[in-house]
Amino acid sequence: MQRFFQQKLGLVWLTIIFLFLYLPLLFMVVFSFNSTRQDAVFTGFSWRWYEALGRDTKIVEGFWLSLQIATVTGVLSAVLGTFAAFVLVRYHRFWGRAVFSGMVNAPLVMPEVVIGLSLLLLMVGVQNAVGWPERGLLTIILGHTLLGLAYAMVVVQSRLMEFDRALEEAAMDLGARPLQVFFLVTLPQIAQAIVAAFLLSFTLSFDDVVISEFLSGPGVNTLPQVIFGYARRGINPTIYAAASLLIATVSLGVVAYSVWVARDARKRARDAQINRAATRVS
Amino acid sequence: MTNAYRLLERRLAPGRRFVIGLPFGWLTVFFLLPFFILLYISFVDMGSDIHPFKPLWDSQAGVLRLKYENYLSIFRPTEGGALFQTVYVDAYLRSIGYALCTGVLCLVLGYPFAYFIARAKPSIRPALLMMVMLPFWTSFLLRVYAWKGILADQGVVNQLLMWLGLTREPVQMLYTSVSMLVGMTYVYLPFMVLPLYANLVKLDLRLLEAAKDLGATPWKAFWLVTVPLSKAGIVAGFMLVFIPAVGEFVIPSLLGGPENLMVGRVVWDEMFSSNNWPRASALAVSMIALVVVPLALYYRHLGNAAQPIADGPVADPDPSPKGVT
Repeated sequence: MQRFFQQKLGLVWLTIIFLFLYLPLLFMVVFSFNSTRQDAVFTGFSWRWYEALGRDTKIVEGFWLSLQIATVTGVLSAVLGTFAAFVLVRYHRFWGRAVFSGMVNAPLVMPEVVIGLSLLLLMVGVQNAVGWPERGLLTIILGHTLLGLAYAMVVVQSRLMEFDRALEEAAMDLGARPLQVFFLVTLPQIAQAIVAAFLLSFTLSFDDVVISEFLSGPGVNTLPQVIFGYARRGINPTIYAAASLLIATVSLGVVAYSVWVARDARKRARDAQINRAATRVS
Repeated sequence: MTNAYRLLERRLAPGRRFVIGLPFGWLTVFFLLPFFILLYISFVDMGSDIHPFKPLWDSQAGVLRLKYENYLSIFRPTEGGALFQTVYVDAYLRSIGYALCTGVLCLVLGYPFAYFIARAKPSIRPALLMMVMLPFWTSFLLRVYAWKGILADQGVVNQLLMWLGLTREPVQMLYTSVSMLVGMTYVYLPFMVLPLYANLVKLDLRLLEAAKDLGATPWKAFWLVTVPLSKAGIVAGFMLVFIPAVGEFVIPSLLGGPENLMVGRVVWDEMFSSNNWPRASALAVSMIALVVVPLALYYRHLGNAAQPIADGPVADPDPSPKGVT
């Protein structure tokens, strides 16, 4: 009886919270197909907001700009984050380790406004001194990478910590040079984490408004900046259309990624089983 | 053995220098240096339009002039009003207030949620967690924006309330504390749920059986066993919500009215509307205190168990592999 009650309560609570979490997404998908600007009553099905989306040059340009920025940010963050994770996991004693660890982790907790403002002050100072860089693509990438690096580091770090160093030692005993060890042994083992780090920093960059608002120059607007501008002015179903496309992409991506991860995990489990069987036979 | 190891170390030395130097240099240039510039500008006078701030070094008098004015003006109103009655102090207190309320709301909604996920069948847990994470991967900005339509005077919620006959006139929710708290709770709920889940799923169920054997009702066992044991998760979740919420910039801009100004927006206005760089910098520096103080308390609470704060939803972007194997 008690158990039955608890299960029912659990079911109800889970349903309510999931409804809360998915209501805005559902809302945007539904009203992106509405035939009028109204967003409380569904007046009829139409593709007009999707057509408006394709014609909106600001959104289209913002999309390509954001895609470029997010891709470069993702790559830079994954690479630098992997380096930083290596430093924190493998090198325990070097000059300034405490400072380093503080600097890597700080962007995780620092308000984005502070990151944006301080980087803006640096960029303006440099620009006044040497006339470069113009505020825009490059400065936004640098800002996003600061944030992305920190998140990428956390992801790679957790994978590196559970990494079995005996594998590297074995490779070295067999005569592999340090770089060979890294590329042939270590990298394949942490590749999944690096991909996850890339995806995470890509997403963060693609979604960021605050840092971009501080670091972009006149006429340079990322997709979130364009949307932010529209959003402050009022309701615009074109944005719902953009959101629906994004939701579709992300859902597909997440499903594909989790299938890949699950298959990888199954493969690893099978390998482990085979290994166990092999040891038993021998 | 040690000799061979030392030899290896020496062979690896150039690589080691590169591996440390690259991220170290990057962060020094793009994190530490900007921070010191921010600190510097927060201590100087406001300048003209062309040079937004004056140098610290007064070359005419040949002295260093540290200006505390920018910090003092945060607390001291210009036209002789009472101390602490400034827009800045108001914005600070409001930011802390909203962040605390968001934390409490996330805890109230998120704790049972995390609890029931942790008690669900192990086979469906990864799917449930993935469903918690999925909205996180879609745009934060767009999800906040959707609430603007949902909570509007003619929005879905008001239509529903009027249809149910609960109200005749639309209730204003948008641009009030209601929309602010709904938006913030919505965005930060996963940050609370994931650390709580990670904690609750590890709970040894035999302890609950023991409590039951000793005569505790399930309700009592929950409050006396489950909740105290999940304290670490509660504190971690609260921190993960409070810290980003206190510096929130987008949600007050979209869902808040003029009277819901938070400190992030004040820094922006000071910088770009008033063009007062030194005061914007001083405000930004003092914003860091909003994060550092709770963090310091948190680490003291943890003792010296060094656990990175980022153990939250972002630290584990894909929870699905857990439990799959």
